[in-house]
Amino acid sequence: MTDVALVELTVNGERHDLVIPPRRTLADVLRHDLGLTGTHVGCEHGICGACTVLVDGAPARACLIFAVQVENSAIRTVESLSGPDGELSDLQSCFAEHHGLQCGFCTPGFLMLAEGHLAESPDATREEIREVVASNLCRCTGYQTIVDAVEDCAGRRRAALRARLDGVSA
Amino acid sequence: MKPAAFTYHRASSVRGAVGLLTELAEEDPKLLAGGQSLVAMMNYRMARPGHLVDLTHVPGLAGIRRDGAALRLGALTTHHAVERADLGPDFAVLSRAMRWVGHLPIRTRGTVGGSVAHGDATAEWCLLAVLLDAVVVTEGPGGRREVAARGFFLGPFTTALEPDEVIVEVVFGRPAPRAALTEYADRRGDFAVVAAAADLDTGDVVLGGVGAVPVLVPGAGTPDEIADALELRDEPGVPAEYRRGLVRTLVARAREEAGRG
Amino acid sequence: MAEPGLRTDGTWVGASVPRREDPRLLTGRGRFVDDITLPRMLHAAFVRSTEAHARVLSVDLSQVREVPGVVAAFDAADLALGDITALLDRPTEEFTPTSMPVLARDKVRYAGEPLAVVLATDPYAAEDGVEAALVELDPLDPVVTEAAALAAAGPPVHDEAPGNVLVDVSLFATEGIDDVFDTAHTVVGVEARTGRQNALPLETRGVVAEWDDRAGQLVVRTCTQVPHQVRTVLARCAGLDEGRVRVVVPDMGGGFGQKCVVGREEIAAAAAATRLRRPVKWIEDRREALTASFLAREQHYTARAAFTAEGEILALESDVVCDMGAYSCYPFTAGIEPLMASAEMPGVYRVPAYRVRGRAVTTNKAPTAPYRGVSRPQYVMVMERLMERAARELGLDPLDVRRRNLITEFPYRGVNAITYDPGSYRESLDLCEQVLREEGWLGRTLDDGRVLGVGYSCFSERTGYGSGAFAARKMQVVPGFDLSQITMDLDGTVTVTTGTLSHGQSHETTFAQIVADRLGLPYDKVTIVQGDTDRITYGWGSFASRSVTVGGSAAAAAALKLGDQLRALAAHLGEVDLDSTALDGRGGVRAGDRTFTYPELADVAYLRAHLLPKDVGPGLTATASFDVGGDGTFSNATHGCVVALDPGTGGVEILRYVCVEDCGVAIHPRVVEGQARGGIAQGIAGALFEQVVYDEAGQPLAPSFMEYKVPTAAEIPDVRIEHLETPCAFTADGAKGAGEGGTIGAPAAVLNAVNDALRHTGVELDSTPVARSTIFQALREVPA
Repeated sequence: MTDVALVELTVNGERHDLVIPPRRTLADVLRHDLGLTGTHVGCEHGICGACTVLVDGAPARACLIFAVQVENSAIRTVESLSGPDGELSDLQSCFAEHHGLQCGFCTPGFLMLAEGHLAESPDATREEIREVVASNLCRCTGYQTIVDAVEDCAGRRRAALRARLDGVSA
Repeated sequence: MKPAAFTYHRASSVRGAVGLLTELAEEDPKLLAGGQSLVAMMNYRMARPGHLVDLTHVPGLAGIRRDGAALRLGALTTHHAVERADLGPDFAVLSRAMRWVGHLPIRTRGTVGGSVAHGDATAEWCLLAVLLDAVVVTEGPGGRREVAARGFFLGPFTTALEPDEVIVEVVFGRPAPRAALTEYADRRGDFAVVAAAADLDTGDVVLGGVGAVPVLVPGAGTPDEIADALELRDEPGVPAEYRRGLVRTLVARAREEAGRG
Repeated sequence: MAEPGLRTDGTWVGASVPRREDPRLLTGRGRFVDDITLPRMLHAAFVRSTEAHARVLSVDLSQVREVPGVVAAFDAADLALGDITALLDRPTEEFTPTSMPVLARDKVRYAGEPLAVVLATDPYAAEDGVEAALVELDPLDPVVTEAAALAAAGPPVHDEAPGNVLVDVSLFATEGIDDVFDTAHTVVGVEARTGRQNALPLETRGVVAEWDDRAGQLVVRTCTQVPHQVRTVLARCAGLDEGRVRVVVPDMGGGFGQKCVVGREEIAAAAAATRLRRPVKWIEDRREALTASFLAREQHYTARAAFTAEGEILALESDVVCDMGAYSCYPFTAGIEPLMASAEMPGVYRVPAYRVRGRAVTTNKAPTAPYRGVSRPQYVMVMERLMERAARELGLDPLDVRRRNLITEFPYRGVNAITYDPGSYRESLDLCEQVLREEGWLGRTLDDGRVLGVGYSCFSERTGYGSGAFAARKMQVVPGFDLSQITMDLDGTVTVTTGTLSHGQSHETTFAQIVADRLGLPYDKVTIVQGDTDRITYGWGSFASRSVTVGGSAAAAAALKLGDQLRALAAHLGEVDLDSTALDGRGGVRAGDRTFTYPELADVAYLRAHLLPKDVGPGLTATASFDVGGDGTFSNATHGCVVALDPGTGGVEILRYVCVEDCGVAIHPRVVEGQARGGIAQGIAGALFEQVVYDEAGQPLAPSFMEYKVPTAAEIPDVRIEHLETPCAFTADGAKGAGEGGTIGAPAAVLNAVNDALRHTGVELDSTPVARSTIFQALREVPA
């Protein structure tokens, strides 16, 4: 019970050395040991997805991972999305524009879910996005505007990429 | 919903993990792979191992490898890795079936070996392993052994894996270009009320949700024959005849999907 | 009430402006209660009953206190707190008072009831401590169902209520109603049960409490919809003066009614913090939230309605039994569901004769609280089933039967002694049908073997209950009014304090729009302060779709008063009559041919008070209250739902959902749409997915999201929303409440759609959640 582990975590590009009991979940360590309270905890059994973060780029439930497990991984949380001056990312802006959040409790989880998914599947269709959005629970929005926001962001990123490629070829 | 205390061990090799399991045998050790079932159960304190032996840092345990006609899946291969992999027509059934495993953030962590070791009777990997007559490769103090998936699942969450053994690989020995798995649950991503997997080349069908283990129905019966032969009980919210009806439907649909290749 | 001169052209009301709440919530910089950490803070966890009904023989915490990390553990005797008691002003034959102890003493009444609180240095250790508690219980036969409660064969849940009935009212009983039923052309009946549900805010309940010696106050940060009511109950339970308690609400992850009652855990945590003089945090975990929190919605209707051959409704009779679980909630009491159902059931229809009996029974299950819609999702479903059954019986089009009976002339005085203000009942139905027709859903069949059905629901929803309307329920604690205080600072920006409390509804934005229009300020120059009992005299929080109608109107009234002050000051400085002044809509006041900007006026009000008129004090601040007179204002809507049933699985897919809603003037249309969509999702959840189930021993069978099936994006369809606008005559801007309608209309629309698809089978379903096995069986017996 007094058993503690020395854990070196890399979160949002920053290294942290922690001395923690191994039973502390990644969600609790992010929130309470590192003060990154943007990651929320909604069920602690992997279904609601409020604690979704990126582990080596892939969306994962921080409540189903012990921090000690992910020493050699790159963790990203919602705090990494906006610019240093607080400027919203394209994905965050899309959530705001589409009213993809109400109380905002589930929002960081959906943002990280979408961020991970779009990085892997930039060409995702609306149906594929809906399928991925179904990974997390939201009690306020009815999901439609979350799907709208992610779809819009995917479209904007594709357009931006095309514009860059056009620029290169021109 | 915070887990009880445990001692953490990070294995750096399979042999090391087996050694820890042997050494800690009296203190309730448990292997940790993807943790997508285990950690949830620990958070509910329905599982409270004294020691966790973390396999996830063991090199070489994850990976998909074609070996002649066979496909070898390292125990730590994630569901999502299989979902994304191009396994060709021979094993596309595995990739396609992954959409039934929970949701994306579960599939990015959950592993083939963990799922087989957990032995849930409706788990997709358990059904697929039985349907395609896969072999579970384990390593214990006495070395490696190969256990046929068809003899691996013994009861509810009970398998032939010995307490001091580690699953290292699941080997699908034979191409299955005409196989499919399908499920029904009221809500997307849930454990199936009934799951059915069918291989048209062998005629075999495997059912989940109709018993304590995946139920293999060898040979080609009609969906009605398969469904009617099952002994089912009424359960809360799921009358036996409804479950039987789902079997009928899902066997037909699995075969239909398998036929589309 | 609005003075025309105060409105400006560039209005904010009606514009879907960017939400003020969004930037912090999107960047992870919101502050929810679990985000708060205080020095030396302890973490609470509760020892809970493992039995549904038992005498408490002993609670031994000695081993708990030995667990590493545990600092203290208290049972009921240790904390010696007063009970939580909510009362109705009704005679004993109608209402039986009961109390809810903060920690159970001699008896436990549901599995999960708190018996003791453990305080530890971290939440992991607190749970370790809970496991070390030794509790001896002597089990009693549990009362698990409404039928068992009414049979009253075993030991009662509360000794005060030997028949397990807490509320029993018989109302209206129009003279001659029996004759109407005896002689009517057709009488149809519906017996419906609705499953127990959890309102399920994604953020569970929680609190951080600390005794602040400098302020001499117990400061309680908690996610509640009703901060002042928490203050009142906490002060009473702990024996503190009200002013010694300050309740502050941080960002809040939804409430939906579950957080509009006073919880016992927040009182216990606050008492422990006071005792230990250390901050105490309690965050409800999901298992507690699903099994030991406040639940709702488990009701049983036996209803019948008489019709003419042409489908005109002649009479309605209903017997409603609501299973309220183990305790009466504060402030609403166990009467919340039966009284709502009894008072409002005739709904949008011209019902000439009505008789209702409404009962609240107590059972050994977790207690109940209001949940979004409160009984209206249920009784609307029953009314809409009666309409459908009548149509089927009479061979009429079900929409025509509705049209024949919808209220079309306003104000309408109902048989339930409620006056309905104008709405668009008929228009919303017509438009909903038109949309579905134009989209090609009517008369359509599917070529994939599935069976298509279309269902509707028509309803209205009373919002903006004033004190009078709540008093009619005979609550001893009568909500209704709200207060707002506005202050203009030196720079001409304003801060508005309100007694309502947004927890997802965007009031920081919408209230700012309302005030900005009154003062001609950009809406981002208006800051809304809410959820702090030290910042406003009293408030009733946010529930019952009251915030914009009541709180928004109070904020508007305060802004108008401030506007008057600014004009008076400008008149004085400009040496003109008050009549020659007007707000210019651009942050200034015209006074004759001069214009004073707000900063110029504020400069005088604060920094050069010697220039003020003799009878005017310094500063620019005003307080106003608002109460809704009469019976409140009714929002209305028609929902249309298209389902496909899979004969092979009994599975239900919603292919299309159309909502034609009228909440008067929408302050922020996108927010209104968000409320509708989210509400519809919750209504669909109740119709098809969610149910809190107990076994015969009273043990909860849904302790996780594996069993309690909150629907996901894969189950909830896109919703097309059409707006109609029938302004309310007596709220600021003509707004009506918009928070609950989606939830109210959805179960009926979904259930009717399923029934429409099953039409050829002759099977009619009246209860929810709909079992897929029932659909499967119906379609197997009679294939399409």
